[in-house]
Amino acid sequence: MKLIRNGTFVEDDFITVGDGDQLPDGAAIVSLERWQAERETLRARNAPIGVRLQSGQEPGAIADDLDRIDLVALEFPVYRNGRAYSYARLLRERYGFKGEVRAVGNVLRDQFQFMIRCGFDALEVTDNITPEIWAENAGSFSLFYQPSADGKETVLSLRQRLAARAQEKATA
Amino acid sequence: MYRYDEFDQQLVNERVAQFRGQVGRRLSGELTEDEFKPLRLMNGVYLQLHAYMLRIAVPYGTLSSKQLRMLAHVGRKYDRGYGHFTTRQNLQFNWPALKDMPDLLAELASVEMHAIQTSGNCIRNVTSDQYAGAAKNEIEDPRIVSEIIRQWSTFHPEFSFLPRKFKIAVSGTPDDRAAIRVHDIGIQIVQNGKGEIGYEIYVGGGLGRTPMIGKKIAGFVPKEDLLAYLEAVMRVYNMYGRRDNIYKARIKILVHEIGVEEMTRQVEAEFAELRKAGALHLPQEEVARIEAYFRPPSHENLPDDSAELNKAVLADRGFANWVKSNVAQHKVPGYAIVNISLKPIGGVPGDCTSDQMDAVADIAEKYSFDELRVTHEQNLTLAHVRKKDLHAVYELLKAHDLATPNIGLITDQIACPGLDYCALANARSIPLAQQISERFADIERQHEIGELKINTSGCINACGHHHVGHIGILGVDKKGVEYYQVTLGGAADEKTAIGDIVGRAFTEDEVVDAIETIVTTYIGVRQNGERFIDTYRRVGIDPFKESLYETH
Ligand code: HEM
Ligand code: SF4
Repeated sequence: MKLIRNGTFVEDDFITVGDGDQLPDGAAIVSLERWQAERETLRARNAPIGVRLQSGQEPGAIADDLDRIDLVALEFPVYRNGRAYSYARLLRERYGFKGEVRAVGNVLRDQFQFMIRCGFDALEVTDNITPEIWAENAGSFSLFYQPSADGKETVLSLRQRLAARAQEKATA
Repeated sequence: MYRYDEFDQQLVNERVAQFRGQVGRRLSGELTEDEFKPLRLMNGVYLQLHAYMLRIAVPYGTLSSKQLRMLAHVGRKYDRGYGHFTTRQNLQFNWPALKDMPDLLAELASVEMHAIQTSGNCIRNVTSDQYAGAAKNEIEDPRIVSEIIRQWSTFHPEFSFLPRKFKIAVSGTPDDRAAIRVHDIGIQIVQNGKGEIGYEIYVGGGLGRTPMIGKKIAGFVPKEDLLAYLEAVMRVYNMYGRRDNIYKARIKILVHEIGVEEMTRQVEAEFAELRKAGALHLPQEEVARIEAYFRPPSHENLPDDSAELNKAVLADRGFANWVKSNVAQHKVPGYAIVNISLKPIGGVPGDCTSDQMDAVADIAEKYSFDELRVTHEQNLTLAHVRKKDLHAVYELLKAHDLATPNIGLITDQIACPGLDYCALANARSIPLAQQISERFADIERQHEIGELKINTSGCINACGHHHVGHIGILGVDKKGVEYYQVTLGGAADEKTAIGDIVGRAFTEDEVVDAIETIVTTYIGVRQNGERFIDTYRRVGIDPFKESLYETH
């Protein structure tokens, strides 16, 4: 597995721990179940903490704790299961989450750009993904019709700016 | 008609470039067929029984003559000289080679066409009324909102991996030609007491193995909020739609399982949030920009009555029949809507040769403001023909075997590809449709029978819409033998209904006779020239059961 964060291949500084495992001293990612069971201790911990949500576990479940959570990992059990796209947008746009939103599981190159648009800033990818493959697929499209979590300007807004400029010229 | 601006064009070009790379990787062996599958499915490329098939989007069924000529050209150059218009107003080519697909798509892009989102679990090509802009009682041209939806749904990052495919249809008139109640979302354009235009929303309609009629969840969504409302429906579906079983994954199952009140509540809650956020608010200038493309063409000032037309009707019996069945009323005096049947007697419903496409393109250019429509019943429509030109148009169509006077009649059938193309089929559909067509070939008899829609599917997936045929035929398999189950009373219009099963299934040898018996029974009990469907609604299934299954 490789981790791409904000477009750069980096070492993963978080350790994903099982529900029965001992927590490491450093940054850790726990399941939602463990978060809920050990909420007070985990909140009080003196190291970065992440929560991993499976498909079907909505971000609403941790909305009240997002002030303390540094990372939310959203699982794609298979690439076809697109629930986490909605979860990512909710985290960013509804709950205003500023920490890391990480895509984990079956993350394919053809989905990089969709994920980025929905607010994922980190992707766990298979080892065959190279910086070239990343660059090619993360930028397949340069224009966007819909507003989304990445805040990219939409085609609609481009059109309006063009129209405004044309009008300025006409009246100048 | 809508025209791409630089942005629309650039996106389609980028898509072609992306797919060219993907096909290259498949052909070089870098990608296995398995890995390639999700990629080709994003580009309308299916693997059928015999070969790859390419489905090209015809947004809301509208084509320019130039685009149709390009389809004709593509059919000649990359296929076998014909294409197939589908029940979702699209066009399919059954035999293109994978290596040619990138070039083919590049040629299409040069006339603002593509195959984006014609397959896969995403929001599919939006469908609409073929009489858009020409129908008498139209509240607003449905292509305006269809185009707005096309743009919003294209490469939507959140909704490209839905539980299942997702189909939206729009109707701008109270009488529904777009079958909106059997779509995942049906949009009915309405006007409120203050004269404002808005949208009535139906969700959870669909066919397949669990046919359901869409439920109304909103009575009036204001124009500027439409996209926020649609995004709310999609988000609820994306988050809660079932993903454990593909047969339970459509939104109709979600609506059925949680109930329409709960569905409405969830959508309303999400809608309230999205509306508050404001990003999807639709500015009036953008609506106006798109509206401008769909302004009515410059119709002439004509008297409604045409002496030329009246004379030709009296002189030419074949033409008179054609006018009766294939020509519909237009909102502008002196104009008419012409339907072109792609259901010649004994033909394959929806098939059209490249030569025929060229001919229709020429006729549309000369007589109908350079544009035409594809209908969900797999025919074509010229929306703005002067009444005085009708006879000339008829003669030109006739010369290309395109003037079969059977629109809405018993031989204007919908049939799925069936056993001839599809690995899932229990039975043949196209050959059966051809047999029925031959049996009822007599055009005078067809007119005597009147409006009657027969829809045939080769299996329970219902690609041929059998549930909503006035007579529906479904291929079933009994111990390896093809059987056909018959339903009666289905409809896909504003009185949408799922047909009732009439009784035990028929063998291939029996089924055409059974249709004949149903027709004879109808003629026997009909009153005052009522349509088959109205007779059925009045008398119910019993008289048909009796005549079909009475022991001799
Ligand atoms: C190789 C097999 C198949 C063939 C040749 C086939 C063919 C078609 C065609 C030509 C259409 C109209 C397409 C359009 O323009 O969008 C269609 C629609 C449809 N297909 Fe299939 N299909 C196949 C498999 C399936 C399967 C596996 C399912 C369901 C599990 C299915 C369900 C449907 C439904 C529900 C529609 C649309 C009816 C509607 O809701 O409007 N099809 N099919
Ligand atoms: S209805 Fe069945 S047989 Fe017909 S095309 Fe669809 S899947 Fe194939």
